Amino acid sequence: MPQFIAQHLPILQVIVPLIAAPFCALISVRNGAWWLAFVTSLVTFAISVLLFAATFDGEIISYHLGGWAPPIGIEYRVDMLNAFVLTIVSGTGVLTLLYARASVAHEVDAKQHGLFYTAFVLCLTGLLGVTITGDAFNVFVFLEISSLATYAIVASGAKTDRRALTAAYNYLIMGTIGATFFVIGLGLLYMITGTLNMADLAQRLLEHGDSRTLRMGYAFILVGLGLKLAMFPLHQWLPNAYTYAPSAVSAFLSATATKVAIYVLLRFLFSVFGFSIPFEADILFLVVLPLALAGSLIGAYIATYQDNLKRLLAYSSISQIGAMLIGVSMLSASGLMAAIIHLFNHAVTKASLYMVAGAYAKEAGTVSIRELRGVGRDMPFTTAAFVVGGMSLIGIPLTVGFISKWYLVEAALMRGWWPVVIVIVVSSLIALIYVGKFIEAAYMHPAPQGIIRREAPLTMLIPMWIFAGLSLFFGINSSLTSEAAARAAQGLVAASSLIWQ
Amino acid sequence: MMITSNYALFLALFLPLGAAVLLAALRDMPRARDIAHVATAAITFALVLRVLSGFLAGDVAHLYLFDVMSGLPLAFAVEPLGLVFAALASGLWIVIAIYAAGYMRAAEEAHQTRFAIFFTLAIAAALGIAFSANLFTLFIFYEVLTLSTYPLVAHKGTDEARKGARTYLIILLSTSIALLFPAIIWTWLASGTLNFEPGGILQGHLDPALAPVLLALFAFGIGKAALMPFHRWLPAAMVAPAPVSALLHAVAVVKGGVFALLKISVYIFGTGYLSSTNASQWLIWVAAFSIIVPALIAITKDDLKARLAYSTISQLAYVTLGVALASQAGMIGSTLQIVMHAMAKITLFMCAGAIYVAARKTKVSDMSGLGRAMPVTFTAFLIASFSIIGLPPLGGAWSKYFLLLAAADAQQTAMIIVLGVGSLLSIAYLLPVAARALFLPAPAEMTREAPPAMLIPICATAFGCLLLFVFAHDIYGFLLNVPLLAPEVAP
Repeated sequence: MPQFIAQHLPILQVIVPLIAAPFCALISVRNGAWWLAFVTSLVTFAISVLLFAATFDGEIISYHLGGWAPPIGIEYRVDMLNAFVLTIVSGTGVLTLLYARASVAHEVDAKQHGLFYTAFVLCLTGLLGVTITGDAFNVFVFLEISSLATYAIVASGAKTDRRALTAAYNYLIMGTIGATFFVIGLGLLYMITGTLNMADLAQRLLEHGDSRTLRMGYAFILVGLGLKLAMFPLHQWLPNAYTYAPSAVSAFLSATATKVAIYVLLRFLFSVFGFSIPFEADILFLVVLPLALAGSLIGAYIATYQDNLKRLLAYSSISQIGAMLIGVSMLSASGLMAAIIHLFNHAVTKASLYMVAGAYAKEAGTVSIRELRGVGRDMPFTTAAFVVGGMSLIGIPLTVGFISKWYLVEAALMRGWWPVVIVIVVSSLIALIYVGKFIEAAYMHPAPQGIIRREAPLTMLIPMWIFAGLSLFFGINSSLTSEAAARAAQGLVAASSLIWQ
Repeated sequence: MMITSNYALFLALFLPLGAAVLLAALRDMPRARDIAHVATAAITFALVLRVLSGFLAGDVAHLYLFDVMSGLPLAFAVEPLGLVFAALASGLWIVIAIYAAGYMRAAEEAHQTRFAIFFTLAIAAALGIAFSANLFTLFIFYEVLTLSTYPLVAHKGTDEARKGARTYLIILLSTSIALLFPAIIWTWLASGTLNFEPGGILQGHLDPALAPVLLALFAFGIGKAALMPFHRWLPAAMVAPAPVSALLHAVAVVKGGVFALLKISVYIFGTGYLSSTNASQWLIWVAAFSIIVPALIAITKDDLKARLAYSTISQLAYVTLGVALASQAGMIGSTLQIVMHAMAKITLFMCAGAIYVAARKTKVSDMSGLGRAMPVTFTAFLIASFSIIGLPPLGGAWSKYFLLLAAADAQQTAMIIVLGVGSLLSIAYLLPVAARALFLPAPAEMTREAPPAMLIPICATAFGCLLLFVFAHDIYGFLLNVPLLAPEVAP
């Protein structure tokens, strides 16, 4: 039996949450939906860890759905890179669900809990599916599963703020445009190759050479994914969605949804397109890099004058996504490694910060920085977690943000890109301003008169501090994450046909 | 003592961290807390002395913790410069811990436990800088020092304190992030290591034409060295309570900055590399500027602590000048200046605190005749002033002497003049304070001296300025151990 399970781990990763999801809506026992969702997420996390361990030595697991061999059948393909992302996604799932119990009870109508957890687990399913599959069309299918579920869980924030509905609607429109672009791109690729298996696509594209159809396919996929991962200036949906969604959802999405989209981008750029024609690298250098640079500066700048803490964090995310894209567009093994490690580092940092915001929303009833003055005294543990996460956003040593920034600057210097170094540095100086603004308000200002704020419950503090602890732990000893990121980067390098510096 | 040097080094670095937790636990027992604070300082100092005696006996302590990133470990190793700085910081910590207990009560400051905790963390960070075995470790503790002193600067919580603390944090963090951080990665990429090695690690790895650029990133990136134009944080930090100004802004923080610069010049660039490539020529002039201009500004300041702050900027630039001269005499002059200035400036700041506590006066113009009521305080102030000016028989004379020697060796006639003018200006901004207080007629209302817990430390460090004149030779002899050249490799 264990042998049997071990063989089928890749499909279990997706099928377990997929089957569990509808049951969440059917259970009528109090908190039953939450329990089912939580247990499901634990199981998926266990599977991810097993897959991570199995691929750490460089092994690639190829699983054929229903025994149909690719390129006819659907292939699930797990290597270091996606095992790393799977672990991030399912791990975040466990911790945000743990957190969600108290937070969602406060922010979502009790009648909707069953549906909420169904959508949450479906979203998790979709994200895991996107990551694990080796089939390009399957990517689209799971991307839509996760996106549709996301629209629903963002909209469920409507109990606290009706604007969650418009935010979700906006996200729906933008997300659908993104998905449409992506699927048009896939169609174009199918036109010239006649296959949808990624490995097969890569092979045939190499033989195909250059053509206008290929270029169009590349452009459509790039824009489609750019929308999904909130690449500046395609980020318009993100600030509202993250601000008005329930806090557990913001924490979950910020750590997973955009990260998975970046993963898909990496997969398509390196494993599918592989830079077989110079056009692909040129676009990255001429279009994506400038946008990434602009995004990392402008996102950070806009964050400095936000009063709503969740919105501040959302703009900070746009800036950090810019940083990841800078790493990607360096087209060097070290840049890629910096981007991948930042993917993880930013996920744990942002998840803890959104959990802090959620704790404020629950206990202080507000996420306005003005109204949160002096909160450091009333909610010491929550606010201390913000200090840790905030330092990580700036890139202070002994936090994961520092590790990311070190690799990013190192990679930029290796390419001799001094102006890029300046942008990275300036964007972290701006982070100092927006993080400092909140920390000063929380600790140095007296609290407004006549409010009572208590420390958040343990079920919120524990997941929050696990993320904060991870941001410290992997900032102090980054050997595991650096090694995984380096191997994942090497895997991508090996798959592409660029000549590497 | 029965513990090994390595163990003493470990304890010296981590005992203060443990003590911080203890201090938090003792928050409801102020007396026990203050005793614990002083005891921690004393034990730490004893541990540093143990490491020192081990070093003299040939037992060089080192401590490897773990790799933060591949090839970049958190590691500590003892060498002469670091020992001098560590002994200085931990020794003066005892004095200040006593003084702070007296000051905080007499001045009726709030949050005394928080104060003691961050104070302890700051000293731990300073020791981390002193003993760091590589540039990476140094950078980590450099940032920890900045962050742990921020709550101390903002201590009073007033609008003014918040504003000062913000300036403090922004300048120190942004210089380190924008300039120092890229400089370190550049060094790492160029030489493949960040270890502090005798003779430096850049020789043969860095194009000499780029050496001045890298040096500039370091010199300005280490904002704690307060080289103009990145000096604004130091006057801003003067909103802090006097013990903070005394220890952190006379010893730990600013000296941490110039010490880091010195260590980088000796063990990363290498004195030989700097002098042979002339990479530090420009820095000589920047340092000279930073000696003269703040001294001129200091004369115009009526607020005593602001005047002392500008004096500190000027005196720190002496250290930078010694670094820029890139010779053994320069290195020794710089190190002596770190020690001598620390001892004298801590006295001056403690006096300023005593004057504030006893008479609630902060302006020089209000202190006329105050010396008649507070003779001990102002005598100590006078002695320390003489040391800053560089008059024998006080410690400050030696550091100025070696810096003059280094300037003469390097045939920098202009710098000899600058050093002379610097001393004259320090007479102009320091002497009037003590002179007005001691010789002008006393004001109508009489005050008394500050409490003994404050007076005793003041007397101790003032006496220390005298002692250092006598014992400077021992420090000099010890500094001859600093390896300036890479060890000869057998062919």
